[in-house]
Amino acid sequence: MAAWPNPSEVLGKPATRLDAEAKVTGRAKYTYDVQPEGWLYGMILRSKWAAAKVTKIDLSKAQAMPGVKAAILTGGENRTVRYYGQELAAIAATTKQACLDALRAIEVTAEPLPFVVKEDDAMKPDSPRVFEKSPNVSDPSVREDGHVDDAMASAAVVCEAELRTQIQLHHPLETHGNVVWIQNDHATVWASTQGISSVRDSLNGAAGIPQSNIQVLCDYMGGGFGSKFGAGAHGRIAADLSKAAGAPVKLMLNRLEQGLAVGNRPSSIQKVKFAADKDGKLLAADVENHGSPGIGGGGQTAGGGGGANISMPYIYRFPNSRSKQFGVALNTGASTAFRAPGHPPASFSTESMMDELAVKLGMDPVEFRLLNDPDGTRQEEYRDGRDKFGWAAKYKKPGSDPGPIKTGVGCAGGTWGGGGGGTKAEVQINSDGTVEMRCGTQDLGTGSRTVIAMVAAEAFGLHPSDITVKIGDTNLPPSGGSGGSSTTASVAPAIWDTCQKALETLQQQTGVADARGANWSDACKKLGVTPLSAQGQWQKGLSSGGAGGVNFAEVEVDTETGFIRLKKIVAVHDCGLIVNPLTTTSQINGGITSGIGYALYEERVMDRYTGLMLNNNFDSYKIPNIADMPDIEVILHNKPERGVIGIGEPAVIPVAGAIANAVANAIGVRIHSLPITPAKVLAALGKVPNVTTV
Amino acid sequence: MSSNPSSLPTVNRRTFLKSIGTSAVAVASVQVGAMADEINKAAGPGPQGPDAVPITLSINGEKKDFQLEPRVTLLDALRNHGPLTGAKEVCDRGTCGACTVFIDGKLTYSCMKLAIDAQGHEITTIEGLGKNGQLTAVQQAFVDCDALMCGFCTPGLVMAATALLASNPKPTESEIKRGCSGNLCRCGTYPHVIKAVLKASGATVTETTTVTNYGSVA
Repeated sequence: MAAWPNPSEVLGKPATRLDAEAKVTGRAKYTYDVQPEGWLYGMILRSKWAAAKVTKIDLSKAQAMPGVKAAILTGGENRTVRYYGQELAAIAATTKQACLDALRAIEVTAEPLPFVVKEDDAMKPDSPRVFEKSPNVSDPSVREDGHVDDAMASAAVVCEAELRTQIQLHHPLETHGNVVWIQNDHATVWASTQGISSVRDSLNGAAGIPQSNIQVLCDYMGGGFGSKFGAGAHGRIAADLSKAAGAPVKLMLNRLEQGLAVGNRPSSIQKVKFAADKDGKLLAADVENHGSPGIGGGGQTAGGGGGANISMPYIYRFPNSRSKQFGVALNTGASTAFRAPGHPPASFSTESMMDELAVKLGMDPVEFRLLNDPDGTRQEEYRDGRDKFGWAAKYKKPGSDPGPIKTGVGCAGGTWGGGGGGTKAEVQINSDGTVEMRCGTQDLGTGSRTVIAMVAAEAFGLHPSDITVKIGDTNLPPSGGSGGSSTTASVAPAIWDTCQKALETLQQQTGVADARGANWSDACKKLGVTPLSAQGQWQKGLSSGGAGGVNFAEVEVDTETGFIRLKKIVAVHDCGLIVNPLTTTSQINGGITSGIGYALYEERVMDRYTGLMLNNNFDSYKIPNIADMPDIEVILHNKPERGVIGIGEPAVIPVAGAIANAVANAIGVRIHSLPITPAKVLAALGKVPNVTTV
Repeated sequence: MSSNPSSLPTVNRRTFLKSIGTSAVAVASVQVGAMADEINKAAGPGPQGPDAVPITLSINGEKKDFQLEPRVTLLDALRNHGPLTGAKEVCDRGTCGACTVFIDGKLTYSCMKLAIDAQGHEITTIEGLGKNGQLTAVQQAFVDCDALMCGFCTPGLVMAATALLASNPKPTESEIKRGCSGNLCRCGTYPHVIKAVLKASGATVTETTTVTNYGSVA
């Protein structure tokens, strides 16, 4: 079985990114920046109704306007639309302004229908139905082990609460979109995507082009967080516009469309009841969750990436447990995978209830977790993080700080699957010693381009900057999508294998016993005019799945204003073999930042009366700012024998739970819903009336 | 609302003032003619558009001629007519800073400025920062500290950090937070941005990541 070198020269040492210079100078070309000769702007007309029966869409005025090169319908004229933002028609024109004018000139005749955009409303028996033929609330998915009711009755302590998590929007800074150029029977597609192959797959047959004639390119992309797989409805629309106009069409969504139509993290309303015996051992869990994937799943959610089901109870072992999961349909855009789908809401609710049990039992929350967490990795992390955080000195009885500004601490844990596979790669080595690695993966900003160079440099005894890396092109050897924290675990082993095969061939062709490092240049000179080419693929033994992580948080809560100031977060993560500690730290900082938004600021707000989204840009949908950053201490647990694993998703999972626990520890009252806003803090303290859903 | 640019009404301040002047000609032609000239001068260059008009911008030290509708923003002009794509369009509403440029050395959200209003001013974009392909100290510090992930916010943050250090060469951490708070990042690079700006200012940057080596996991 393949193995990583030990010790290593390049792996495990901080390396700056191969593409950092292109990014700091503005030279990096994103899909948004691609401008093929004769390109047109593409824009979509979307439903302004939350539900309506459309009877006529008149494009004639728009078609006649100056600069307009194509005007198309994106579906039939006679159809039912089910959410604010659903695609109706599209325009391609020579300028942004011409597109905007033409969109305004499209006349849509429609009869508005009853709609529902709030979970609590949709769950009422007399609610309007999102889908005429099925109720809004799906049949539950049920899992039951042991004897929950008996265990609850015999337990020494029981805690019960309804916990709620909000709809969170991905909002990558580069919105979703593509540049599509249909020429004869070929399509060239520049895509802002997490999976170039998935874009090609989903465009199969679009504008009549077979999959083999579609080339998808993605050199740089501005963030995805789970939402950028496939070409999307907007991708197929861009293809149709390009065919109709006979020119390349750039169709990038605007910020409003980004929030409406390309996915979100589903909500949850969790009725949770946990029980423990008098010694603090967990006995039973009873969970009922109603979560909404919007119109996704047709009212029936199957869980996983886009569904609203969550894995409850989370991480701890309960001898008796029951979980019922219901999907709630709404007249809102469908949910999709969002960084660790299902995990942050499960961690938040489970860890909140764990702290409530610990308080009732009079136990230290970390000790209570060490007693009940079955995972050895997290046990190590709790012990290590507790010391570095200074838990023993900081933890005190909830709400016991004197004065109006109170500090508090909390902790929480998470788990993730990950793992790698399914990647091929190719290397070309030239007689001047230059090396080009080729792999059909993509770099989301996680640093996969740099990982490839580092692995090749390790294999050849070179420096990462000596390696040219070609990625983001479906004409390269295939790799999978960058989701599930699987990219590094998929790509690094394939690059290593490719390089080992190249070294064997190099030795055979040149007779140089060890061509690496100092011998590289001389060995390559002997190659002559034909470059060496070698192919390889993912191999067992170089990567693994399964990751655990824990967070410790310290907050300061102003009980007069409700304002929460984050003071410190310590994040401890199992990282397997750390390829690049510098970019790994960036990933964890990023997960923490995203988790802070989920815990304190972010929430999509729908208007019950119009069905519209009310916070459609960054002035009203608040994402964390640099000024919101606490002191962050990242602790990487290096376990090289595990091989390469992923860290993108594990990093976000425990953040909200740890912050929520710290807030409860500070003020002595628990806030059961995210985001924890100043209004909710004041309501929890009895200083203002409780704000229910608007 | 349907709108056809060529059918927009053309009544405006200048034609209104002119019409007053014309009707007054019969009464006292000489003085009123002089007065109308004054009024026209005070009213500036007069109405522009809605069709494209010639616009000259000075970008990174070079004059460049455009033919743009007056409603075109500076960001749109730079990116789509420049084409200088370093400044990014993210919110198009002056909330995220991804489109940040300097106008006469002052930080400006180019999505909130019309190109026509940027005439007569010196515009500097991210492309105009380094000299002869050399990175600036701020750019090099961003590279060294990994103060970027996907990189879409990076040009804007580099501009903001550059402006901060120009006015405050030795900022504290809280001054950096304040100085860069007009720029949003969704990947969460902020902790490394703080380090990069400290490093570019010549301050000592401490490592806050610990690598702990562990044995096998069952």
